[in-house]
Amino acid sequence: MYQGIRISGFGGQGIISSGVLLAYAGMLDGRHVTFFPAYGAEMRGGTANCSVVISSDDVSTPVVAQPDTVIVMNEPSLAKFEPLVKPGGLLIINSSLVESRPKRKDIKILLVPCNKAAQELGTARIANMVALGAFVKQTGALSIDAIAKAMPKVFKRAKPEMLELNVKALKKGAEFN
Amino acid sequence: MGEKLLMKGNDAMAEGAVRAGCRFFAGYPITPQNEVPEYMSWRMPEVGGAFIQAESEVAAINMLFGAAATGVRSMTSSSSPGISLKQEGISYCAGADLPIFFANVVRGGPGLGNIAGAQGDYFQSVRGGGHGDYRTFVMAPNSAEEMGNFPLKCYEVGEKYRVPSMILSDGTIGQMMEPVEFKFETVDAKKLPIPEWAIGANPGRPRRMVGSYDLREGELEKMVLARAKRYREVEEKEALWEGKMLDDAEIVLVSYGIASRASLAAMKLAREQGLKVGWFRPITLWPFPKKALTDVAKRVKSLLAVELSLGQMIDDVKLAIDCRVPVHLHARPGGVLPTGEEIVESVRKALKAGSKEAACCR
Amino acid sequence: MLQVNRRPKSLLDVKMHYCPGCGHGIVHRLVAECLDELEVASRAVGVAPVGCSVFADHYFACDMIQGAHGRGPAIATGIKRSKPECIVFSYQGDGDLASIGMAETVHSAARSENITVVFINNSIYGMTGGQMAPTTLIGQPSTTSPKGRDVKVNGYPIRVCELLSQLDGARYLERTSVHTAAHVIKTKKALKKAFQNQIDGKGFSMVEVLSMCPTNLAIAPKDNAKFIAEKMLPVYPLGVYKDADAPAAGGK
Repeated sequence: MYQGIRISGFGGQGIISSGVLLAYAGMLDGRHVTFFPAYGAEMRGGTANCSVVISSDDVSTPVVAQPDTVIVMNEPSLAKFEPLVKPGGLLIINSSLVESRPKRKDIKILLVPCNKAAQELGTARIANMVALGAFVKQTGALSIDAIAKAMPKVFKRAKPEMLELNVKALKKGAEFN
Repeated sequence: MGEKLLMKGNDAMAEGAVRAGCRFFAGYPITPQNEVPEYMSWRMPEVGGAFIQAESEVAAINMLFGAAATGVRSMTSSSSPGISLKQEGISYCAGADLPIFFANVVRGGPGLGNIAGAQGDYFQSVRGGGHGDYRTFVMAPNSAEEMGNFPLKCYEVGEKYRVPSMILSDGTIGQMMEPVEFKFETVDAKKLPIPEWAIGANPGRPRRMVGSYDLREGELEKMVLARAKRYREVEEKEALWEGKMLDDAEIVLVSYGIASRASLAAMKLAREQGLKVGWFRPITLWPFPKKALTDVAKRVKSLLAVELSLGQMIDDVKLAIDCRVPVHLHARPGGVLPTGEEIVESVRKALKAGSKEAACCR
Repeated sequence: MLQVNRRPKSLLDVKMHYCPGCGHGIVHRLVAECLDELEVASRAVGVAPVGCSVFADHYFACDMIQGAHGRGPAIATGIKRSKPECIVFSYQGDGDLASIGMAETVHSAARSENITVVFINNSIYGMTGGQMAPTTLIGQPSTTSPKGRDVKVNGYPIRVCELLSQLDGARYLERTSVHTAAHVIKTKKALKKAFQNQIDGKGFSMVEVLSMCPTNLAIAPKDNAKFIAEKMLPVYPLGVYKDADAPAAGGK
């Protein structure tokens, strides 16, 4: 099994922490994992993106040039990352913030109103968890359990209530098909 | 030992150095190695060591010169432009036989270049870098885990032969997170023996001098030749490498650091396509694993060097195998990581070219 | 027989290479006397510079290290932070300290590194052969300003004590001279305080010593003393520029 993921959005949307969380969960699941952040000038421009690989085999390169899955959390990310998705791959779009619609027909598109769903649970800050929930459900690359287990390791200062809310958001995300 | 941690390469290297007994760190901010001084700024006080944010890379390496002279395990880190600034100090350390340890998390160059991972500093690392006749023990990790485990080896080799040692990494390995296991017992810095040459409080023993000069006629040559003897010993005993699928290979990809991971992807892809491709990775760049690579060259039709530069290591490949077989080059300078697919393309071209159009001995 | 004077234990009984009339030998002796009298010789580490006093590592009886041009304070920092029990001094000339090593000087003072810096200001480069120093006086000839230092081309001399006195981290700064016996005695007193400060953990202490270089000024030693009295003192007034112990620190 090999799953190469790119996650992209604004700084502050939890893009980097989502990537770290996926990698950590993959590691706890006994997979080979890598996480690689875009640390370039893009970081300064207010957008963030990262590559995550979850694999049953050694990971050769951490930079995912042709992702199996792309999670797009804001408008500018769609134009940038839609072309990269592997044919037959998955494109998850945060439809709460992304108004444009993708043009590609050779990939699976999943519109998830991440911010709206998160807001309904209490805070838009967990929109990234909604997206991860949808990713887990669609790909089966990981279990929600593994992500829940990784949370205290990654969000070291988060209160238990917040972690619980995160899990709820993951489960909510898994409901979108 | 034992526990797997998900760590950035830079953090793993800093922690690995601490566990290896490092108790002095001086550095200056530069991307993409900032995690190292940031990590050391809180970790050093925790273990009773010293951390200094120096006013420049020049000052940092000279602080190391002083600290290493007292016998403590020391470290500085930087990225390409900063490492250029440190070269004078590294030369002085080599000339004073001080086993300093430093890391270059390489970025695209020359000049300010960019901040992406690159391998353009190979020559600077393995040929000395600063002025004068000297060598640095150079290790090239290709994973976050190796970033964490190589500092100990650098200290051990550096101290044994009294040479500077370094980790030649790059922005990608520095920035990526991977599971890391520290595969050694944490070193108790207090139990490390104080070297017989270290300066410091000196009640009752003859005074000691640390320095790199001797102006008396003919004396400097003796000093350099004595050092060269140790260099030969390092070359004989300390070369490290790893290989995969070498037994039946017709062509072997030779690459180090992050390029070796791109090459590994290429090898797997090529094998799926029925191409007999092997993989050879120097782990130490100085000493270069000459003998091992020569043995490989005896069995294959050609080699393909894969580098994130215009092609620098390829010179050592050719020297090592004495141009026994053609050596081709897949080069991506300026901070670009090649894909497995494009390397396989180069493999096909190389196989087609045969020996006549070889890039060897250009 | 009554012995009224002898070589300090901290100064080795070797022949120095310094020119006749040079001030380095005097200041070396004063530093060695301080190490003896303060009983810190067995834990003293000296940093020798690049310049005429590069061979200082051969003259002091304590552990010595010789490093790159201008980097003395950085090297001293590395030693002091690794071995705080050591008494660390950096001995530097004007080219070393105020030109190529100005950043290290300023920042070690700003960090208030608990070290002692001995700064020899003789207004000229010595070892390389009389080139213009950052402390060369306006109009003073040198091998790189043969017609005299022209401010339009070479700018102005740097007053290091005054410059550093602006830094909170600089705890003790004094400018002295060694052109007369009386000044030598004052210099000794200043050096001793600069070392005592380190023993007491007070932070960055520096003594700037106006000194002679008759060879490169191409004058007789006695004329060099006159040069200091008449030409250097007006530009480089002697006195305490900073004493964190004194109530009105920073005055002269």
